[in-house]
Amino acid sequence: MHYSWDFGFLWQYRTFIAIGLGYTVLYALGTILVGLIIGFAVGIARLARSPVINTPLILYIELFRCTPLLVQLIWFYYAFPVIVGLDIPAHIAAGMTLSLYTGAFYAEIIRGGVTSIERGQWDAARAIGMRRGQVMRRVILPQAIKRMVPPFMNQSITQLKNTSLVSTIAVSDLLYQGEIITATTYRPLEVYTAIAIIYFGVLFPLTLLAQAVERRLALSD
Amino acid sequence: MSAAMIEVTDLHKSFGALEVLKGIAFEVPRGAVVALLGPSGSGKSTLLRCINLLETPDRGEVRVGARHIAFGGTKPRLPSDRELAAFRAQTGMVFQHFNLFPHMTVLGNVMEGPVTVSRMAKPEAERLARALLDKVGLLDKASSYPQHLSGGQRQRVAIARALAMNPEVVLFDEVTSALDPELVGEVLAVIQQLAEEGMTMVIVTHEVAFAHEVADLVGFMSGGQIVEMGPPSQVLEHPENPRTRAFLERFHSFIGSYGQRPG
Repeated sequence: MHYSWDFGFLWQYRTFIAIGLGYTVLYALGTILVGLIIGFAVGIARLARSPVINTPLILYIELFRCTPLLVQLIWFYYAFPVIVGLDIPAHIAAGMTLSLYTGAFYAEIIRGGVTSIERGQWDAARAIGMRRGQVMRRVILPQAIKRMVPPFMNQSITQLKNTSLVSTIAVSDLLYQGEIITATTYRPLEVYTAIAIIYFGVLFPLTLLAQAVERRLALSD
Repeated sequence: MSAAMIEVTDLHKSFGALEVLKGIAFEVPRGAVVALLGPSGSGKSTLLRCINLLETPDRGEVRVGARHIAFGGTKPRLPSDRELAAFRAQTGMVFQHFNLFPHMTVLGNVMEGPVTVSRMAKPEAERLARALLDKVGLLDKASSYPQHLSGGQRQRVAIARALAMNPEVVLFDEVTSALDPELVGEVLAVIQQLAEEGMTMVIVTHEVAFAHEVADLVGFMSGGQIVEMGPPSQVLEHPENPRTRAFLERFHSFIGSYGQRPG
């Protein structure tokens, strides 16, 4: 089988691709930030013993962790508007779904980090008269956050790749732009190779950074 | 001795179906040292944790100094977080496993209570912390982190941390049990010094000889009750309760050195 590779034509699409990359990075950063807020609130609330608080939160977390993100995106874009009787633009549906999805994972990372701190730390902090919020802020979270950082970085790197699914509901991210270029040039091999290289070029340095941070945290223990 | 500093009345505590404390009542006079002995599982640590309300009693009353909280019965409402925190702030506690804050220096550990709980200004808290570290012989370790200290040093820092809140009483929960034998002495010396200064203390311990030396009263716990309580010369040398005798049999050499052997 012979195929003559030619990447040269991609140069004329550089701005088009850059816009797609811009959207991808923007969606990643935006949904990581919103997801972190959701995850923090849900993760801390999950520490409550009350089943009235816990049951709906567990339901949320497991619904988003145990269904494919692609299905969630399509559902929020097509089914959710029918239920609530509102038109939801693609970029809102995409941002909301991605945030809720990663927020569910962050919630478990945050809850896991807090519960991993030994019971004795609570005892000691309470014994000197600290109230619950003070124990959390002064003693538990400073230690727990160190343990949350590595899984948080892994989840966030995955999240940048997850943004590629928004192309299915016509949000013009990097992958979507690639699909458009493919449709006009009929050169999917070069286009998808180039797209893959761009994702790799963004994420590989970030994984190196994550490893370096992980090593530093391990040293400071 | 003046009025009781600690007063425990009809204290009950269960974990699930297991009743750990079955109606404890005792008093600790101001400035007195009470040692609690007894086999594992007899409820000693739970009793200590109930005195500063780290565990919430199911029923009964606890008074430390001027603060009094009743549980169960006519007052089913649980105390608020604020009430509990205020109660604990005046009741120092030292733990078997030190439980120092690993992300703070030794100085930071001792300053934490005064700064965060008592809202003391930092320079003042630092002066206080340094004075207390000097008292436990660890001023030179002020800027070290807990993981670089020996067990004995960690436990002395934990004592300084408890003292920094200027508590009315200090509770010691098997504070030498996790230590290598050669490090036990330095911790007991600090407790001994506190006893001489008139600090009211309740000490859960397995160090029978130390209890004899430092305690004004020795209580023997078995099966969730204090089965015998009195001066060390009585409880340790002439125990009346058969369970106390059986327990002390294991310290033959010690009892021998005090003359009479029970039984």
